[in-house]
Amino acid sequence: MMEAIVLDHITKTYGKEKIPAVNDVSLTVKSGELFGLIGPDGAGKTSIFRMLTTLLLPDKGSASVNGHDIVRDYRQIRNTVGYMPGKFSLYQDLSVEENLKFFATVFGTTVEKNYDLIREIYVQIEPFRKRRAGKLSGGMKQKLALCCALIHQPEVLFLDEPTTGVDPVSRKEFWEMLQRIKKKNITIMVSTPYMDEASQCDRIALIQHGNILSVETPSAVIRAYPQQLYAIRSEDIYKLMKSLRSNPLVDSCHSFGEYLHITLSEQGMRAEAALLAGLAAEGHGNVVLKEIIPGIEDCFIRLLKN
Amino acid sequence: MRTIKYLLQKEFRQIFRNKAILPLILVVPIVQLIILPLAANYEVKNINLSIVDHDHSAYSRQLISKITASGYFRLIGYNHSYDAAFRAVESDKSDLVLEIPNGFERNLIREQHEKVFIAVNAINGVKANLGGAYLNSIIRDYNMDVRTRLTIPSKTASVPVFEISATNRFNPLMNYHLFMVPGILAFLVTMIGGYLCALNIVKEKEVGTIEQINVTPIRKYHFIFGKLLPFWVIGMVVFSLGLLVSWLVYGIVPKGSIVLLYGFLAVYLLAVLGFGLLVSTFCETQQQAMFIAFFFVMIFILMGGLFTSIDSMPQWAKVIAALNPVTYMIEVMRMIVLKGSRFADIIPHLLKVLVFALVLNSWAILNYRKTN
Repeated sequence: MMEAIVLDHITKTYGKEKIPAVNDVSLTVKSGELFGLIGPDGAGKTSIFRMLTTLLLPDKGSASVNGHDIVRDYRQIRNTVGYMPGKFSLYQDLSVEENLKFFATVFGTTVEKNYDLIREIYVQIEPFRKRRAGKLSGGMKQKLALCCALIHQPEVLFLDEPTTGVDPVSRKEFWEMLQRIKKKNITIMVSTPYMDEASQCDRIALIQHGNILSVETPSAVIRAYPQQLYAIRSEDIYKLMKSLRSNPLVDSCHSFGEYLHITLSEQGMRAEAALLAGLAAEGHGNVVLKEIIPGIEDCFIRLLKN
Repeated sequence: MRTIKYLLQKEFRQIFRNKAILPLILVVPIVQLIILPLAANYEVKNINLSIVDHDHSAYSRQLISKITASGYFRLIGYNHSYDAAFRAVESDKSDLVLEIPNGFERNLIREQHEKVFIAVNAINGVKANLGGAYLNSIIRDYNMDVRTRLTIPSKTASVPVFEISATNRFNPLMNYHLFMVPGILAFLVTMIGGYLCALNIVKEKEVGTIEQINVTPIRKYHFIFGKLLPFWVIGMVVFSLGLLVSWLVYGIVPKGSIVLLYGFLAVYLLAVLGFGLLVSTFCETQQQAMFIAFFFVMIFILMGGLFTSIDSMPQWAKVIAALNPVTYMIEVMRMIVLKGSRFADIIPHLLKVLVFALVLNSWAILNYRKTN
């Protein structure tokens, strides 16, 4: 299988800052893969995208997209990739139809020629095709931006935080669309700060402060979680968190909605019983403890700690 | 080619959809051309005059009618005393007081000389200076009349009288509009072209659409050409509108060739748009672009010879004026419109503006690459 995207020790530092935004990053994305860059805001995701789409020059290292060097062959790359920036950046004062037609034309093609590729997405916004892009709802803007990024049949699609600020239903729809696009043999690199979306990707790279923490399939990331993870709750969750964090039996404790996710420093039934007995003695009522399978977020937090 | 066609189509669509810019492009030149030349008028008319005539003689009446007939003065009224007239000055109703003493006629004929009193309100310096000077020259004129009249009957030989009269070569009636309107038209074209071009490109940066454009195969020069051409066309349209207004309102018809005028404008607009482009490469937001463009346009206008003559500027200011493209446009406008200059006369200007166009545009394009 061919490699669609290769990053080789890429480093980028902005201005006079000492801390690099992207620090010695190397990774490979296979052709036809749906690859996720998962990390919080400021992790360096956008910088990586901007370098791969030839908008930014790396300080050190090299990278290629479809075999084209991002510095030397930037012209070929611009012809063969689609990029959807995190911020909506189509012409707000042009209509849906006009935007699409404009981007088709600048790539030297027509909407009709590639209509097949975008049809499933475009039919959803077609009723509003005469409306100005700036007047669309958030979800529709995303769909239009995706159409415009796809209209020239790119080999690689870069989506920078496409679901940020989009409602949960639209987010789900959006990922379904990505799965369909992937079937058309388009390599997709997508970034997101939402850990729950990671499982939709073939492989994910966890990134923090410009460093790659791990590159794995989502299931391998979860399998690599070394300990048994528990979810625990009680009547007074805040009090529970305070006593758990000072408990020597507890290795880590993080709040996750109505539950706390904890790992224990010792494994097995005995440790669980000891913990519960200790909590009962401290006066915690209605304590519920259950074993759970870790999610990507748990893995990410664990990686951050190390 | 198809790309450029689409870029242009897109650009014009956006301009025509902009509810704020489009009316501005059309209304500003008309309003400015009508209002500015009327206001920017150094010629003083309607100087308010109060007269205190203690003599009430034929001679004093003659003097008064000579003054009012000149057209520069508006007679506010006759006062009985200087104090009453002075109150009119204090309440800003009057700019000048002329006091004719009792026995004016008698003394003039018998003693061959008499004095009148002029008081000038100098709060408005220009008005005071000119008003005083006008009044002086009218009285001198009157004086001459009286002398000839009194002396001619006694002698047969006439008194030798010198009179120097000046005529303005290209503007004999000293019509101020004729001088100002072409200059203001040059200023308008500069403002609209420079601002719109700078703001438009920075807007793409600010909104982020330039990112999307940069990842497409559109070449830099395609993009820049697609940005320059619409504003070049708009500059031409604004200029034509302005020319039409100056013909309809002021009756100004270019003495020289219209083709030559447009030919020069075509090159000049390239320089102005190059300036706008250059500003846009230095700015990230429309606010920055607005202020930088405003700063330069201000200097361009003040140092371009629109209101103050460059020839009377100190040497260092002349250097600045020479480095200012607007100077050449204003000069050429006046040359072609008023003097009817020909192509050969404007060649030096044309070459200089051409250099400006080349330097500004290449600098802008170079600077554009660097930001990538």
